[in-house]
Amino acid sequence: MPKLDRVTDTQTAALPAAKSRAELKDKRRRELVLDAMLLPAVILTIIFAYIPMAGLVIAFQDYKPWLGFSESNWIGFEHFQYLFSTPEYVQVIWNTLIIAGMKMVAGLIAPFLFALLLNEVRRNSFKRTIQTLVYLPHFLSWVILGGILLDMLSNEGMINQFLGAVFGMEPIFFLGDGNWFRFIVVTSDVWKEFGFGTIVFLAALAGINPALYEAAEVDGASRWKQTWYLTIPALIPITIVVGTLSLGNILNAGFDQIFNLYNALVYDKGDIIDTFLYRIGIIDGKFGFSTAVGMFKSLVGFVFIVVAYRLAYKLANYRIF
Amino acid sequence: MYYKSKSYKTFTILNYTFLTLLSIICIIPLVHILAVSFSGKSAANANLVGLLPVQFTLEAYAKTLANENFLRSLWVSVQRTGLGTVLSMAVVILAAYPLSKEKYHFRRRNIYTWFFVFTMLFSGGLIPFYILVQKLHMMNTMWVLIIPGAVSVWNMILLLNFFRGVPKDLEEAAFIDGAGHLRTLFSIYLPISLPAIATLSLFSMVGHWNSWFDGLIFMTDHKNYPLATFLQTIIVQQDFSKVAVRPEDLENISQRTVKAAQIFIGMAPILLVYPFLQRFFVKGIVLGAVKE
Repeated sequence: MPKLDRVTDTQTAALPAAKSRAELKDKRRRELVLDAMLLPAVILTIIFAYIPMAGLVIAFQDYKPWLGFSESNWIGFEHFQYLFSTPEYVQVIWNTLIIAGMKMVAGLIAPFLFALLLNEVRRNSFKRTIQTLVYLPHFLSWVILGGILLDMLSNEGMINQFLGAVFGMEPIFFLGDGNWFRFIVVTSDVWKEFGFGTIVFLAALAGINPALYEAAEVDGASRWKQTWYLTIPALIPITIVVGTLSLGNILNAGFDQIFNLYNALVYDKGDIIDTFLYRIGIIDGKFGFSTAVGMFKSLVGFVFIVVAYRLAYKLANYRIF
Repeated sequence: MYYKSKSYKTFTILNYTFLTLLSIICIIPLVHILAVSFSGKSAANANLVGLLPVQFTLEAYAKTLANENFLRSLWVSVQRTGLGTVLSMAVVILAAYPLSKEKYHFRRRNIYTWFFVFTMLFSGGLIPFYILVQKLHMMNTMWVLIIPGAVSVWNMILLLNFFRGVPKDLEEAAFIDGAGHLRTLFSIYLPISLPAIATLSLFSMVGHWNSWFDGLIFMTDHKNYPLATFLQTIIVQQDFSKVAVRPEDLENISQRTVKAAQIFIGMAPILLVYPFLQRFFVKGIVLGAVKE
């Protein structure tokens, strides 16, 4: 995320202050135009972002739609207690952490390695072709890819056919077995995003001073040594940034993807907070309870984002705001 | 010279092979679905189709394009993508300009910035948002698909950073000539920032085209489904109850080749804008990701 305060106030302080009262008045008037330009965005944000935050009160209510916020009974932390005392619900939280965690690790390693390999390609046309092809899946939605994967992973699908023909394997029930399901979720996520994730690493690689490599060559370092002592250390800061920032997503295991791949057979291992929230909230209409679940998620997410941003600043001197 | 050594040459061959395989893996599923969509019904059902069509026919496309529900959803998607992108870009441009000013020129800038950034960090979540939409009577309207998402804080930040790169001399010259902020924005900032605006518009278009969840929960009548939601319902959920009234409709949408054709039409616009998108976006992303 870009820094919002690139120009520090020390620079602006050097500018001469407004000279006269009239000039000051003129400046204030001009600022009102800026306020007016922000007005549409402010109004929309108040309505669609801040008002729903006020709606969080129903997490502490036995909310009944026909009674509304003011008439529904207050029940304190009952929903939260219920969430943490029901084994199936605790399992949902675990599933989220496990799937998100596996995705974070795999999603960091794959682009890193891919960028290193791509960096060794000296023919530009080849490099560009590869990049074009691997970035593409990022732009397709999980509805499209889900549709394709459901078809390819079915018992008679292309993948089972291939495994059967080459290795003589029995068809694997990929999307009906919880462990396989998790594997597919992580693999397909890496498949979709590794190309796009490579971009930041390639940018970091482009920023390495070529003189360093020349010096290493003169000293007789092999390519492997150059990679180990030059390239990889140069990538460490950006890796720390990407890694810590993804911590802020610790409770986002990917609603779109899971919702478009899962089914009742794999709820035990594949149900995550967001899909669970949709089922109990929108489908079953338990508004109060699912708001409490959502609030828990938002709060934990908020804490993690703040911690992650601070870590990124401490470890890699990366400032976001 | 390391690249003349024998071991490095071996590595290069292996590396090129591996990267080629990897990029093939990235597009194989798309090629497969395209092949199925052009294949005959019996060949597709017997799983004879790999990466090339078997018994080539356009029947699946003919059936898809004859399906009223599909066409209506396609139209909803086209409308939401067009309207949504224009609205969102208008709001974002208007907001990014004041936020790109230095604090000296716009004292309240930081208050506004935090006001927007906070919504990226914390939200009310799905249910309060759902209740709000119901209370505003936005269910089953096009508005729910384009208005709530119009303020993209992320795009705003990218654009305000781009605006900061506009030479200050140009702006001062405009002010001396008597131009106000609006005039400066439209006559100076916008023409200079065209590449950034094109990139963000394309991102916004892709986002609208791919968006399906809002359609699923806010459109209780399937007639209002955008294409992505329509596809989600019949291809992923395999729920034909809402979109197939007559038995022949059911046959026409549940067939494997027809599903493949629908998937392909669903991603065709992305494949079409992708080459343009790709030219621009690396800069845009890097701007947002790496600091000098």
